Amino acid sequence: MRKAKLNVYRGDKNGGEFKQYEVPVEEGMVVLDAIHYIQAHDAPDLAVRWNCKAAKCGSCSAEVNGMPSLMCKTRMDRFGDDEEIKVQPLKTFPIIKDLVTDVSWNYEVNKKIKGFSPAPDEKEWVIHQEDIDRVQEFRKCIECFLCQDVCHVLRDHDRKDAFMGPRFLVRTAGLDMHPKDTANRMKYLKDEGHIGMCNITKCCTEVCPEDIHITDNAIIPLKERVVDEFYDPIGKFIKKVLGSNK
Amino acid sequence: MTNTVDTKAHTGRTSRTDNWWLSPLLVGVGFALFIAYATVRAFENNYFEIGQFLSPFYSPKLIFDWWHFSPAILILWIPAGFRATCYYYRKAYYRAYFQTPTACSVVGTSGKGYSGETKFPLILQNAHRYFFYCAAIVLFILWYDAIVAFISPQGQFAPSVLGLVMVLNCILLSGYTFGCHAGRHLCGGALNCFSQTEQQKVRFRIWHFVTKLNEHHMGWAWASLFSVGLTDLYVTMVARGLATPIFFL
Ligand code: SF4
Ligand code: SF4
Ligand code: FES
Ligand code: FES
Repeated sequence: MRKAKLNVYRGDKNGGEFKQYEVPVEEGMVVLDAIHYIQAHDAPDLAVRWNCKAAKCGSCSAEVNGMPSLMCKTRMDRFGDDEEIKVQPLKTFPIIKDLVTDVSWNYEVNKKIKGFSPAPDEKEWVIHQEDIDRVQEFRKCIECFLCQDVCHVLRDHDRKDAFMGPRFLVRTAGLDMHPKDTANRMKYLKDEGHIGMCNITKCCTEVCPEDIHITDNAIIPLKERVVDEFYDPIGKFIKKVLGSNK
Repeated sequence: MTNTVDTKAHTGRTSRTDNWWLSPLLVGVGFALFIAYATVRAFENNYFEIGQFLSPFYSPKLIFDWWHFSPAILILWIPAGFRATCYYYRKAYYRAYFQTPTACSVVGTSGKGYSGETKFPLILQNAHRYFFYCAAIVLFILWYDAIVAFISPQGQFAPSVLGLVMVLNCILLSGYTFGCHAGRHLCGGALNCFSQTEQQKVRFRIWHFVTKLNEHHMGWAWASLFSVGLTDLYVTMVARGLATPIFFL
């Protein structure tokens, strides 16, 4: 049986090292299976967060050969026979132990977004499919935070002080495009979430395991909505004259 | 189990083992070649028109007494500005030239100094829709040029390979221009409801069509960049006597 070599990061906030483990590869195996094998046979104290093993809970996020990935969605047969597989914790968030990071910053960002706000007298809840398709794409998010991890604004520039990150732009888009929502989140997006920090380089889209078109369908449309409100005086004037029909 | 020494979980630029450098390299070289060619041709101010054929770099031909430089300069700021502020091109040159980032999960530049598109000059990217309006007008004129290319100066129907190349160029430029993200927003994306009024339903159908084009915006962007350069090359070769339009009749 083929044996794969996994270099797994072992350590905490005080430092650590990569340890190499050999794992027999079985058909259909994913990286998370290999990590479980290591836990069972070599390192019972190896810390890893997981839950569903079906790419649906968003817990097993890590970096496999440098790419932010769900370990349970990364098949072992993707790697060459002699290829060493490097497994690291997410870079953007503080490490707790081994492959487990503290992603609680994300929950703080989430609290600042104005929630769903239907009109108080809203009675008619019939919604056509074409009105909700866009929003449903965003509802697929499993909060794995791989997009937050890969986003260079947070990852390389450490601008957690300013930028809300792609996951929360997706959530905001889902609320803002909802046909029954009435809130205006544009000032928040511009001045607090700082959507302008995103330079639409699309890495969030590249890593999203739910295949949400984060940049094309959420961030760019939101950027254009911010333009409507703050950077398009001519359009604003014309809409005022004609009367907008949002 | 063996140990390798490395005290931190993330060191160096990246742990990626694939050819992450290839795409920004090709993009960087591709843009540089096009910009070099377009700049030379724009300043040349010669060999841009022959018979019924006019190079897209010089259309519409703006000749004024007070302007002593190449007429191309008066018009090229529109397509240049349109492409420079295009969401796809931004992604491409931010990666290839600005290194923010070089590739996903590969450190390009780092440090807190980054401000993205929140400050001057990059905040001007928000003006993309104005370039979209101007570019749509220029595209309309290029279509006119392409149709005129089928009529000889004597007024006869004169189809040619060069005429077809000009039409193909307009098709590719249309696919690019009308798949624009700003256009997608303006035609329907700004709405939250697509199904109540007749106007919403019409806008939804337009938005749906634009979305189909928009899904391949990168492809349209590159194809039309090549086609506009090659169309100019063909016209200038004919004007220099190095090629013929290859008339069918
Ligand atoms: S497109 Fe924007 S949000 Fe997504 S990774 Fe790039 S900078 Fe971050
Ligand atoms: S948008 Fe995609 S990558 Fe980001 S948290 Fe949701 S599922 Fe994960
Ligand atoms: S374990 Fe649930 S997403 Fe991987
Ligand atoms: S987004 Fe590319 S042309 Fe507008």
